[in-house]
Amino acid sequence: MADKRERDEVTGTDTTGHEWDGIKELDTPLPRWWLYIFYASILVSVVYWVLMPAWPMVNGYTKGILGFSDRVNVAADIRDLQSARTPMFERLANASATDIAADPELQEFARAAGESVFGDYCRTCHGAGGAGAPGYPVLADDVWIWGGSMADIEHTLRVGIRADHPDTRTSMMPAFGRDNLLTPAQIGDVTEFVISISAANSRLDANNGAAARGAVIYQEQCAACHGVSGAGDRAFGAPSLVDDLWLYGGSREEIRRQIELGRGGVMPSWEARFDSGTLRALAYYVHEMGGGEPDAPAAPPATTDAAAPAPTQDAPAAAPLR
Amino acid sequence: MTKVTLIDNRPNGEHNIDARAVNSKEARELYQKRAQIYPKLAHGFFRNLKWAAMIVLLAIYYITPWIRWDRGVGRPDQAVLVDFEHGRFYFFFIELWPQEVYYITGLLVLASLGIFLSSALFGRVWCGYACPQTVWTDLYIYVERLIEGDRNARMRLDKAPMSLEKAGKKLSKHAIWLLIAAATGGAWVFYFADAPVLFFDIFAGRAAATAYISIAVLTFTTYTLAGMMREQVCTYMCPWPRIQGAMMDKDALSVTYRADRGEQRGPHKKGESWEGRGDCIDCRQCVAVCPQGIDIRDGDQLECINCALCIDACDDIMRKVDRPTGLIAYDSYANQTRRAQGKVANIRLLRPRTILYGILFAFVGLLMVYGLATRQTLDLNVIRDRSPPFVRLADGSFRNDYALKLVNMTNSNRRLVIEVSGLEGARLLAPALESEGAVVANAGADGVTNVRMHVVVPNSVGGGSHRLTFTIRDLESGETATSASAFLAGEAP
Repeated sequence: MADKRERDEVTGTDTTGHEWDGIKELDTPLPRWWLYIFYASILVSVVYWVLMPAWPMVNGYTKGILGFSDRVNVAADIRDLQSARTPMFERLANASATDIAADPELQEFARAAGESVFGDYCRTCHGAGGAGAPGYPVLADDVWIWGGSMADIEHTLRVGIRADHPDTRTSMMPAFGRDNLLTPAQIGDVTEFVISISAANSRLDANNGAAARGAVIYQEQCAACHGVSGAGDRAFGAPSLVDDLWLYGGSREEIRRQIELGRGGVMPSWEARFDSGTLRALAYYVHEMGGGEPDAPAAPPATTDAAAPAPTQDAPAAAPLR
Repeated sequence: MTKVTLIDNRPNGEHNIDARAVNSKEARELYQKRAQIYPKLAHGFFRNLKWAAMIVLLAIYYITPWIRWDRGVGRPDQAVLVDFEHGRFYFFFIELWPQEVYYITGLLVLASLGIFLSSALFGRVWCGYACPQTVWTDLYIYVERLIEGDRNARMRLDKAPMSLEKAGKKLSKHAIWLLIAAATGGAWVFYFADAPVLFFDIFAGRAAATAYISIAVLTFTTYTLAGMMREQVCTYMCPWPRIQGAMMDKDALSVTYRADRGEQRGPHKKGESWEGRGDCIDCRQCVAVCPQGIDIRDGDQLECINCALCIDACDDIMRKVDRPTGLIAYDSYANQTRRAQGKVANIRLLRPRTILYGILFAFVGLLMVYGLATRQTLDLNVIRDRSPPFVRLADGSFRNDYALKLVNMTNSNRRLVIEVSGLEGARLLAPALESEGAVVANAGADGVTNVRMHVVVPNSVGGGSHRLTFTIRDLESGETATSASAFLAGEAP
């Protein structure tokens, strides 16, 4: 190989002696400055080892004399971020829905903070964007079991539902089937009546005879909470039965099963977990998902007389969705 | 290769061995030391052209950031400004947003096509006259010549032993070079901030760290590349000489030694006959003036930047020896062949290649002019919430949620009516924005306004995906912008 080295006439440079199918490789010398840059790079890397964290050791690593640490930097950045956000959370804690809507900066902050907290703590059950799941209410729609004004939502967040908070929102639907409060035939009749008064009637087509029998049972057993007309009552967390939205499913079997079991879910109380700014942001985020109702100026639904539940339900239904 | 005959005690006796030391003298050095080049000052048309190009280009570079351009109250009044902080690029009457970066792409495409076209027509005019490496090297050589003298004086100085005078010259040269380098870096940062403010901030120590770092880096690179590396940048670092080969063809003009006229070369005494010999008197003036340190008589080469200073030098000599000028001249490979065949030389600038480059250049240029002339100052982006895909409401209707981005590229606030069309029964829902039966949003000046928008469509719409279009309309000017999106609805629960 080496004896094939020859001088290339055009460039005046030797070849390396390597040849492939007649193509010869020129041994063009590299510029010397290139070599110096290469040496300088090696030097820089050695200096870097001394200054910065570099080599893995059996226990830990070489720390470097500058004491650089990404972990420490991140922790400091997070602290800075938190202290930078504190004034915004303080402003939020004292802002109403109208205040937030009027202040684009606050609005953006509330949305972002709410979305982040929702993603961490609420999405597991309520779904991304408040899509809901069977047994876990949809938060993006205009149907509220305990009230959809920002104050209502925040109160629900604070006290939870059937949670361990002393003022938690509580209601319990009897398990009419499991506890033998009604016979299976009676439950069937009530199921037909519930379907007949709901918007689901158009697709499920209730049995009129059974529904008529069920109507009597309904007035005895259910009307106290769900209302004479089935409009529901937020004071008891009793959902409306007249629409076609069902917490535990909207098929005939699913409606019957709920009457049999009387299921009620649990939402934890968040009051102790979050500061009021965060709670306000979360409430705002949920309120702004699309179904939020304006804050009631006067009496909150909790004080409404159980005998006259209809107006509470009618008000938001008649208003243009929010 | 050395053949060595060994005698050893093994049974076979003699062996022929092909042995050679790896560090033998025949082995070339792996690394080549840079040979200092001492370009002599040339005089003539191309030298003057190069001075003019240098002055014009340096003037553009240094003056541009100081040109003012009124854009109204509270807006930057710098004609050319790259404002990274606020994501804006200002160029006189043009103002670009980050999403319009394709104009920059277009500019780069134009630059590429321009360099293709100029290469196909006149060879490496970019390298010879306009490349910053060339311009600054030229400036540095000018300073060098001013202090140390021309080629011979400089060579003498470098050979001379260190003396007070030599040290003084070298020190002042490098000091001026560093000053120029700092001014180069200093001018660069003015393109990225308000020049007059930054100018005082830099000297007062108030400017951002990035400004000082940029100045330091550019000072270093200018000083090194224009002062020390010079032709090494063109020969070893720059990709263009390699690409260049693909742009040239046999009709492209480049600085050429007319070997047919010059050979046989050789010294010529006054009064001798020119019969039977070439015009080249082998004076090596072409080599002496070359900033790349090459001999153009060796033919077209990678190192040659086509600065044409050798043409000036050669023409000077030709006039002195009373021969026609143009022994070294802009010429094409095709012409050399033609002359060798005794045909008439002929320069063809109009060729399929140049016509194609010209058409492409004009096309991209017109496209950009059209784009800028019809540029919208109002834009709408609609992003549909994907989770949940849709929301079923108590009355059976469906709701989809959207994030609208109202892009207002003017310098004034605008009131925009938001409308939706293309889907029967669709209505917008945004209580905070409703006024007199319409949805009206305020879009702040020179910014993007985010608006959450709900669209409600009755149950009758049916399941699946439906098309719908959002429109924003300026209440005053009537200017509109639209964006298509989808509306999803589901089947019965």
